[in-house]
Amino acid sequence: MDEMGKALAADLDGFFPVLVDQIGRRLYWGLRRLCGDHQEAEDLTQETFIRAYRALSGYDSGRISSMTVEPWLWTIALNLGRNHLRDRSRRPTFVKLEERGREDPEPVDGAMWDRRLAHLNSHQKTAVVLRHVIGLGIGEIAEATGRPEGTVKADVHRGLNKLRELIEEEA
Amino acid sequence: MSIERALESLMGPLPDGVSEGIALGAGLAEGYDLYESPVGEVVVTFNPEGVSSLDLADDDFAGRFVERFGRRLLRAEPPRAWGRYISEAIEAGTPGRLPVDLRSVTPFREEVLRTTATIPKGEVRAYSWVAAEVHRPQAVRAVGSAVANNPIPLIIPCHRVVRSDGTVGKYSLGGPHNKRLLLAEEGADPNWLDLLAAEGVRMMGNKTTKIVCHPTCRHARSSKPENLVVFDSLETAEAAGYRPCSHCRPK
Repeated sequence: MDEMGKALAADLDGFFPVLVDQIGRRLYWGLRRLCGDHQEAEDLTQETFIRAYRALSGYDSGRISSMTVEPWLWTIALNLGRNHLRDRSRRPTFVKLEERGREDPEPVDGAMWDRRLAHLNSHQKTAVVLRHVIGLGIGEIAEATGRPEGTVKADVHRGLNKLRELIEEEA
Repeated sequence: MSIERALESLMGPLPDGVSEGIALGAGLAEGYDLYESPVGEVVVTFNPEGVSSLDLADDDFAGRFVERFGRRLLRAEPPRAWGRYISEAIEAGTPGRLPVDLRSVTPFREEVLRTTATIPKGEVRAYSWVAAEVHRPQAVRAVGSAVANNPIPLIIPCHRVVRSDGTVGKYSLGGPHNKRLLLAEEGADPNWLDLLAAEGVRMMGNKTTKIVCHPTCRHARSSKPENLVVFDSLETAEAAGYRPCSHCRPK
């Protein structure tokens, strides 16, 4: 992601759409697994990028080029997600017309895994989703969540154990 | 299958419309929607700051927009906070509660356009009046080009600005016949304006109040016909003991 920081520092408006192409899908599906709702994940994804763009517009290029962009986006997204839980009525500024009646591209097992993930505490759930659904490294998750690497590792480990127990109970 | 492998398969594609919503929300693209107006269907473009342009909804509007503003255009619903005021603003011929984004023009042109937006429905003012209102009485031509390049006609009612000789003049949104049509619809009969211009009538005074107005000012038009007296300029009226109306502020 260092390359993306440098690209954004050089041409924010030119590369921001590229950033959305690269990270948008990961952000949406991570948020989708964390909040369990299509519309809310979509709102949070849009809001995260819009806030990120506004923030980047105010940063100097040295600051942008030294950023690790994806963990930074996740920090914004996770903070927004927490606020969303407090105020579920708010919605983003824009809704595309074509959105009405649009298909939800949920993978087949999504709902089943969301039910299992709901049994994890929020730290474990965040750590498991970012590590294994999105594929972030432990260091990146530590940066995104502001928690020490050792704690993140333990959260992933305990979260996976919990999922294993749940699957055994189902069988 | 291991839990880890199962979790890896829990991503689908990015849903349609999300990246467009981001482009709109970040201001990297403008949204547009179609509206009815007295001159036919129009395209209104907007961004989070407000409405940014209005144009006739013909086949070329997108090309004209990109050429003029250099931004992407995406069909969208306007922001919830003020989207419902767009039709109202077109109908009223003034922004009212609708935020307008005039960042595409210079500060001078913005001031000219915001002044233009204060001209009441059914009334007209000359370019020279607008120039005086923005404290640049010599800049009549610059006011003329600011008004001619108004990015948001109808909502910023540049059709209410007429030539300093009183004739109706040009109009960017589909030509001068649309300007006449809009004025006629608002009750400022363009044929009557032409007649006044031909007769050299610039001001109308009320004999009993000794107040002088623009001919389309609502105070002049509510005066009894037998009390009205016409002037060729404000100076002539003032020399005859008349004082300028505080509503239409004749110059």
